[in-house]
Amino acid sequence: MLVQKYFPSERMVPEKDMDACGLFGVMNISGRRFGGEMAINAIKNMKVRGSGLGGGFAIYGLYPEYKDYYALHIMFQNQNLRAKHEVEAFLKEHFYVVYDEEIPTNPEINVFFPPIVWRYFVAPQKKSEDQTVTDDEYVVNKVMYLNTCVEDAYVFSSGKDVGVFKGVGFPEEIADYFMLDKLYQGYIWTVHSRFPTNTPGWWGGAHPFNILDWTVVHNGEISSYGTNRRYLEMFNYYCTLHTDTEVLAYAVDLLLRRQKLPIELVARIFAPPMWETIERMDKDQRELYTALRMTYAPLLMNGPFTVIIAHHNEMVGLTDRIRLRPITAGAKGDLVFLSSEEASIRAVCPDLELAWTPPGGEPVVVRLHSRDHLLSLNKSI
Amino acid sequence: MNGLNVKFGMRDNFLDGLMPVSKLLEYADINETKAVIDARGLKHKELNDLLRESLQHGVSRIVINNVFGQRYIGTRLYDPGREKVTIEINNFPGNDLGAFLNGHRIIVHGNAQDGVGNTMDAGEIIVHGRAGDVAAMSMRGGRIFIRDNVGYRAAIHMKEYRDKVPVLVIGGTAQDFLGEYMAGGILILLGLTLQENDLHRANYIGTGMHGGVIYLRGHVEQHQLGREVGIRPLDEKDKEIIRNYVVEYCRHFDANPEEILQGPFIKLLPVSKRPYGKIYAY
Repeated sequence: MLVQKYFPSERMVPEKDMDACGLFGVMNISGRRFGGEMAINAIKNMKVRGSGLGGGFAIYGLYPEYKDYYALHIMFQNQNLRAKHEVEAFLKEHFYVVYDEEIPTNPEINVFFPPIVWRYFVAPQKKSEDQTVTDDEYVVNKVMYLNTCVEDAYVFSSGKDVGVFKGVGFPEEIADYFMLDKLYQGYIWTVHSRFPTNTPGWWGGAHPFNILDWTVVHNGEISSYGTNRRYLEMFNYYCTLHTDTEVLAYAVDLLLRRQKLPIELVARIFAPPMWETIERMDKDQRELYTALRMTYAPLLMNGPFTVIIAHHNEMVGLTDRIRLRPITAGAKGDLVFLSSEEASIRAVCPDLELAWTPPGGEPVVVRLHSRDHLLSLNKSI
Repeated sequence: MNGLNVKFGMRDNFLDGLMPVSKLLEYADINETKAVIDARGLKHKELNDLLRESLQHGVSRIVINNVFGQRYIGTRLYDPGREKVTIEINNFPGNDLGAFLNGHRIIVHGNAQDGVGNTMDAGEIIVHGRAGDVAAMSMRGGRIFIRDNVGYRAAIHMKEYRDKVPVLVIGGTAQDFLGEYMAGGILILLGLTLQENDLHRANYIGTGMHGGVIYLRGHVEQHQLGREVGIRPLDEKDKEIIRNYVVEYCRHFDANPEEILQGPFIKLLPVSKRPYGKIYAY
């Protein structure tokens, strides 16, 4: 008996347009916090890049009054209060919860099947056997437990002084729903407008993806997802959100936080130079890039992508090595922008001083109190 | 897992809440020969509706102000028998500027994004700035002049047929895969944004190229070229083609043609008309 019943696939959506997601990021390199107006208006300007099936924001410098505590944003799907009780019992056992509240939302904004979204400010409460584990490692383990073992509960974000707000809708609707422009300020804002093509549009599948203070927004398709996911499972990262971008967030956490590699090298792991380019390098470089490609082959991100990766003090834009997805960087004074389209930077910053487009695989690294983003300028157009 | 929202959440981001033309006319000031449009806040379909409306009023010149990323500007202006118009854009048009352009002239006072002149048929696009990726993609006629640099895959699958020979002139340099799968037409890269002995930025130039010609001013190394192209010396006919388009480039952007014409120029031609013929033959 081959086919008992015809199951319509969730992945085959009628009248599906193929298009691309929209990304935008803005950082004040002197660390001054600002409101969401630029991020919201810029992504609104790229409305055609999204389909209304996902939008989200990551904000750094969000909770200065709680900056020593991990801020857990947790969503409970299907209004599942049993999941909430289960999560809270778990948190009580493994953390000191210093404050918690429902994330305020605007009831006048219509969004699609909103879940309950709650935030908890916590500090690890380690048992004797956990004493050797670092705080960060401890939190990652607990987040992985919640994501994989508690049905209908998903941790949106788990960093200190950072938060992710996301859901199903256009990003400006998500911003209105969570009242981002009225309630919050930060020194980095990244935002994503989603056009899901091969994976479902649901609240947990919206970008940004987060683990600790790392966030990733992504445009494209990681066709190496299977290889990447299996490799990451060896390091105790489990993908539960049904979308390819998740592997990037965990790969970033593995390489940058746990293995302490600089972002410039991590960019070469995700988007390595071609072998024939490596052959033409001088000996030191050739050995380095050969070693990177051989050691980290399972973390090569294949397929078209542009990502904006952020954590405290840093925002990085990167495309795949043959740039199958667009990126433009811009700068004016202390503000540095990364965007899918130049026009949306211009729309929110009409007197922009610089606009440039790096070659594929070349990261634009925006750092606090530095001008490192200009390093990519002379390789760009 | 809530998969239902894929089906019920589907939104039409192109056609939701569009203004009718009668309302759109408030954004335009149309007199006998000229229309001025304020594009702030207009969606791309609304802007193109207004362009078509202006065309049918019989104007010869359209100025669009406050353009921030609206796509497909100048498409859908096919109206045989009517005089062609000049469209001036201030300042930042979106993707696929002049897609399927049908003989009109577009002047951009700013940077253009990806897909300038996508499958353009006839007319002219002049960009006083730079352009993004896939400029002149599948272009089949007309001319595009870009003052500064372009991104990846410029002139990808440009084509020609008899007297329809598209031309792309780039004042600066280009990123990788310049002239990829090029099947016809003329591509001129002037390298004016580079220092004297700099190499062009592009690698994999002419990968899969099987028709047309690339004239390249400045320096490239052999490894920057795709396997399907070879360097050839210029003959008198080539020099005349280059002169004509360089003079025109300089007229648009106020540069000195004699200085540019000193070169050095090389010519890149495909080595085969069917580079992949053997791969798929079995």
